[in-house]
Amino acid sequence: MSLRNKAVIVGVGESDIGKMPHMTGLGLNAQAAKRAIDDAGLKVSDIDGLLTAYSFTEPYFMLGTVMAEYLGLKPRFCASMIVGGASPAAMLHHAAMAVAQGQCNTVLVCAGENRATGMTRDEAVAALAAVGHPYFEAPYGASIPALYALIAQRYMHEFGLSREALASVAVMARRHAGLHPNAHMRKPITAADVLNAKPIAEPLTMLDCCLISDAGGAFIVTSPERARDLPCKPAYLLGIGECHTHEHLLCADSLTRFGAVESGRAAYAMAGLGPKDMDLAQLYDCFTIVPIIELEELGFCAQGEGGAFFAAGKTGIHGELPVNTHGGMLSHAHAGAVGGLMGIVEAVRQLRGGLGERQVPNAEVALVHNEGGILSSHCTAILGMQPR
Amino acid sequence: MTTIPKFAAGNADSKPYWEAAQQGRLVFKKCLACGQIQFPPRHLCPKCWSDRSEWVTSAGTGRVYSYSIVRRAPSPAHAGKVPYVLAVVDLDDAPRMVTNIVGEDALGVKIGDAVKVVFEACDGGAIPQFQRALK
Ligand SMILES: [Zn+2]
Repeated sequence: MSLRNKAVIVGVGESDIGKMPHMTGLGLNAQAAKRAIDDAGLKVSDIDGLLTAYSFTEPYFMLGTVMAEYLGLKPRFCASMIVGGASPAAMLHHAAMAVAQGQCNTVLVCAGENRATGMTRDEAVAALAAVGHPYFEAPYGASIPALYALIAQRYMHEFGLSREALASVAVMARRHAGLHPNAHMRKPITAADVLNAKPIAEPLTMLDCCLISDAGGAFIVTSPERARDLPCKPAYLLGIGECHTHEHLLCADSLTRFGAVESGRAAYAMAGLGPKDMDLAQLYDCFTIVPIIELEELGFCAQGEGGAFFAAGKTGIHGELPVNTHGGMLSHAHAGAVGGLMGIVEAVRQLRGGLGERQVPNAEVALVHNEGGILSSHCTAILGMQPR
Repeated sequence: MTTIPKFAAGNADSKPYWEAAQQGRLVFKKCLACGQIQFPPRHLCPKCWSDRSEWVTSAGTGRVYSYSIVRRAPSPAHAGKVPYVLAVVDLDDAPRMVTNIVGEDALGVKIGDAVKVVFEACDGGAIPQFQRALK
């Protein structure tokens, strides 16, 4: 059974973002969930499904059930899903399946944590190092930025990507964040700022790396039938696909080709659409190299041309393909699994319209791509304002 | 000092790897059914699922496929080592490894450099590392 047109997103919400020492990670999720329910025009009693991801600052066993308990929900469909940064789009996939099969009617999907103030920067970096293989990567000091740096370095070597073009991804993200009232970092930056920022793992500097924020995000999935009498404009799930190729970098078949090709192909096939039909894209941008690779794998430009695509300004609000119109994880927010979830929130908002300066003109179809691990788990979703 | 996690050295899948490293040998598990050399070592071959395998010794030579000079350490254990080189090395006779490039000229590493395995004594035994081969 194709999921096309079988599920809609009816409410989206994001918590306060930045440094929120007065809030817990669960509290940030609750704040975002409350805003999403209000946005949808739903009652709390309408929620009968709950999906969440994981938390480093509050690493509860059974986080999904803990979240339900915290929110006072007793859902009949509930889980915590862990496919790293790909979790939000994968949760959208699972929520849509549950709704389409009648397992439940209305699923709250939420994620996020207080990663900026709930743990020290050193603790956050150390916790993330656990993503590397415990025996065959971690002993070598393979931090997550360093593992992505290996991909960036090889890409630059093979395709002649300039350091400035790589930096342009961060510059564009910051420009878009400046148009978003709730973005964590809004002060404009230049390519020179990126190049001169604190070196982390060559070629990546601090400004090539995503933020560490306190942030929560939420969206609500239900059936098109249920959405009919709600006050909000529903965004239809038109296509979705996943591909999980490896977890650890040393087991990746290639350092220049990843699973976004397959997840994208599946999503396009379900939607009956192609890259040229997309009015905007919210790509996963944990590091500047990543959206460059995703642009290429998702068919928006040829391999090796993603950097030039960014550097030429084609990803701006009025460009050929606006990308990460909220500022992405590089400038809007990143905390645990919430980074990619904010891409879904922003895609829905763009499709509804009315975002002022940040609004992409005539946005009717949006692509969202989430990836987790070291370009390991991929999920691509296509959303639209009209069923197809 | 580099530390091999205690659970790694005692891990049933990889124990022979660490024991060989202590004897100065780099070993990999080779599938007796399809010939695939697997890394990390597993109970069965990830290509054909045969559970018959043998350990083979690698010449330990290869080339740098990619590298990064790490300026910010992920843990206090590595803080004293910065800047250090994290690299992906393609071995001539075995799969790809993530490793450090060590030695006095390590920071001058380039993609394509020939490298050879060396064994660094560390807390918990010895760990394979790579050095740039002399020109
Ligand atoms: Zn085999």
